[in-house]
Amino acid sequence: MTNSQKGIKAHLAGHMRDYGLLFALIAIMAFFQIVTGGTLMRPVNITNLFLQNSYIIIMALGMLIVIVAGHIDLSVGSVMGFVGALAAVLIVEMDMPVSVTMPICLVVGGLIGAAQGYFVAFWRIPSFIVTLAGMLVFRGLSLWLLEGQSVGPFPREFQILSTGFVGDIFPAAWGTGLAQIFGARNFNVLSFALGLLGAAAVIQMGLKSRARNAQYGIADEPAGLFWGRIAIISAAIVFLMFKLSTFRGLPNVVVTMGVLIMVYAFITSRTVIGRRIYALGGNEKAAKLSGIKTERLTFLAFVNMGVLAALAGMIFAARLNTATPKAGFALELDVIAAVFIGGASMSGGSGKIIGAVVGAFIMGVMNNGMSIMGIGIDYQQVIKGLVLLAAVFFDVYNKNKQA
Amino acid sequence: MTALLEMRSITKEFPGVKALDKVSLTVAEGEIHAICGENGAGKSTLMKVLSGVYPAGTYDGEIHYDGALAEFRGIRDSEDRGIIIIHQELALVPQLSIAENIFLGNETAKGGVINWHEANRRTEELLRKVGLKESPTTLIDSLGVGKQQLVEIAKALSKDVRLLILDEPTAALQENDSQKLLDLMLELKSQGVTSIIISHKLGEVRYVSDTVTVIRDGMSVSTLDAKAGLSEDDIVRDMVGRDMSDRYPERERKAGEMLLEIENWNAWHPEHAERQIIKNISMNVRAGEVVGIAGLMGSGRTELAMSVFGKSYGRNIDGTVKLHGAPVDVSNVPRAIDAGLAYVTEDRKHLGLVLDETIRFNTTLAKLDNVSRKGVLDSHAETQVAEKYREALRTRTPSVFQKVGNLSGGNQQKVVLAKWLNTAPEVLILDEPTRGIDVGAKYEIYAIINELSAEGKGVVMISSEMPELLGMCDRIYVMNEGAFVGELSAEEASQERIMSLIVNE
Repeated sequence: MTNSQKGIKAHLAGHMRDYGLLFALIAIMAFFQIVTGGTLMRPVNITNLFLQNSYIIIMALGMLIVIVAGHIDLSVGSVMGFVGALAAVLIVEMDMPVSVTMPICLVVGGLIGAAQGYFVAFWRIPSFIVTLAGMLVFRGLSLWLLEGQSVGPFPREFQILSTGFVGDIFPAAWGTGLAQIFGARNFNVLSFALGLLGAAAVIQMGLKSRARNAQYGIADEPAGLFWGRIAIISAAIVFLMFKLSTFRGLPNVVVTMGVLIMVYAFITSRTVIGRRIYALGGNEKAAKLSGIKTERLTFLAFVNMGVLAALAGMIFAARLNTATPKAGFALELDVIAAVFIGGASMSGGSGKIIGAVVGAFIMGVMNNGMSIMGIGIDYQQVIKGLVLLAAVFFDVYNKNKQA
Repeated sequence: MTALLEMRSITKEFPGVKALDKVSLTVAEGEIHAICGENGAGKSTLMKVLSGVYPAGTYDGEIHYDGALAEFRGIRDSEDRGIIIIHQELALVPQLSIAENIFLGNETAKGGVINWHEANRRTEELLRKVGLKESPTTLIDSLGVGKQQLVEIAKALSKDVRLLILDEPTAALQENDSQKLLDLMLELKSQGVTSIIISHKLGEVRYVSDTVTVIRDGMSVSTLDAKAGLSEDDIVRDMVGRDMSDRYPERERKAGEMLLEIENWNAWHPEHAERQIIKNISMNVRAGEVVGIAGLMGSGRTELAMSVFGKSYGRNIDGTVKLHGAPVDVSNVPRAIDAGLAYVTEDRKHLGLVLDETIRFNTTLAKLDNVSRKGVLDSHAETQVAEKYREALRTRTPSVFQKVGNLSGGNQQKVVLAKWLNTAPEVLILDEPTRGIDVGAKYEIYAIINELSAEGKGVVMISSEMPELLGMCDRIYVMNEGAFVGELSAEEASQERIMSLIVNE
């Protein structure tokens, strides 16, 4: 065995979790692509996949932070439903402008998070209990707010939050030209261009960080793995954006989601506050003795979760074009499952944003794929449950093997 | 009198350490036998061997009990023979009643159904024996530590005890509660119960015991007859008498300007508001000085340090902290750090490190401003800081990206030190800086302390190892039961002096 092969093997073993997750997503997509006879990867279905999972992914970002901080939030499904209901009541029944309603809803979400965070952080009541209470309270309040009825429809400018698409800025002739080349009915040049740009950015950032690591003599992943990973990721971006281009282009919600993912990935990995959250979850007492204001940080994690749940609630209501008392029911479990599939630890202190996003996509692709196949909701639940268990088992198994 | 218990040349080894080395102990029927020794001398290990916590076969030597060779395979075995041990940390369930606790695991039941009538009646009888006036249905929660201790003894009596072992029974007790407990021991003795008491308080040892065995460094040093009259000095000499060689690097001793002054410092227990843990303590540290705080476990040394460091321990804290003669705000940890204090904890695993994270992560944690701009971390600046301390402290690790959980105790301690050195403190409080690390690493830690002092930093060193304090410190404060009971210069200080200050309250 050559040296570089040995390096690849050792590196793979050390980062089993990261690569495993990516491979699992690819394998699951490939599997459903085959068994659904190609339906999974159709442009319209890919667009749907994003729309269906956007609010789960947005909440998973906040949930990851809460879980890394060593807590849990069971109330997000209810809070999401409540805020959706609030938006409906304000816009549809009270004729409030959308531009006023949206900030109000986000602030309400933040206040809900603050209320729960207050009891968790400053009174040290276990988050499981506080947010279980919150789950019941806000489920009830949505029912009360909507008086048990569905409220809708929303005006167009609210709907576009979820179902709108980013218009093309390039000349229409380019689009028709490319559409003919690729044999599609229409083609959104902007989406495709953004896809190419994104792929280029991934390659560029990867190379930059690799160069800096080399400069400081830090051991990096072997070149073969690096290029393999970069190639897969950039190809996936170009591929997905191409698919979206041949349908209606880039959905607004994908832009929102993409920006949020980047912002939260940056916060968790590169900022002081992110670092402190990991320290808090990893060892609260040591963090406190190191001068970290652990209570305030816990409080903020819940406020942030509330704001994101509110955003998710509005996106969900906009997508259905109506607020229903059932909105968000049991959704907290999908969000939490996504975070744990993504490799976060129940005891806090570890987990990555990108893991939570991939975890959410794994759940999303399975939901979507199984629905296309016509598998009943009963089996779907069983399979999702087993996948969650398998993912966490894989984690624990790997840890034990390393120790 | 015949011997009830004879432990013959007991040797117990842990990986890398010989905790007990041919220790022998003979306890006569009907006597009270005291075991004395410093922290870590092996007293508790010996009792764990006796009670079967370390089962037969995991140690060398023989235990003869009640005239026959005994090979206990677990606590149950030894309890069945009437050997009951009461640990320093009480093993009562706070949410259950006295009667429920006394019969826990030994319920007065038929077919799984408990006869509460019988349990309560027998509990009342036992409580009368130990002189505790409480109802059997009182919850343990509502009792003070002294009364809880009595419940433990009542529990022992419920099991037909023949040999009662008390591990530091009065460590957490007030004066009058201690007296009550000692009198109860004498009372039980008159009823034929044999006892072993482990205690640091030599006054108590002299008061109750018939025989004293002194253990030092895992060896039984001497057995003294206490009935003929025994002075505390005799015991102390045997407890500490070991030779001191040059295990401490040389340092030029010079005290500079006044750095840290703590005046009239008081603190109360965070849960039991009536217990004053720190009692009117005043101390000072000059630049370049290494000041020791000696005292037994539980004397309040850690509590003192933590209450000063950002009020991390206790409630109703009052007193003044001055640096360079001016009062400073130490009301929370960030302020204490800003003021120039650093506290290196005695419990690095639980209070010092995030074990799942890297050396780099831990090194920069207490001072992230230095490696960030506008809240954004510069990972390469972080790496450089971590590398700097890795080299300066000679931390042995393949890289600073190693998880600290995988390091040895000595190297973990260096990472904690690095974290605090990175905050550029003026005064470092080192709490048991060499606990649980091997001799070589200890020497390196001492060298680091000397370097800090040479740089003009003030160092406060809390340690249970007296030779270490004597070898390292310019001055030593002696602490006992929350108060300073003496201050010794390096010339005056000796183990005997310190011990006698502690035991002559």
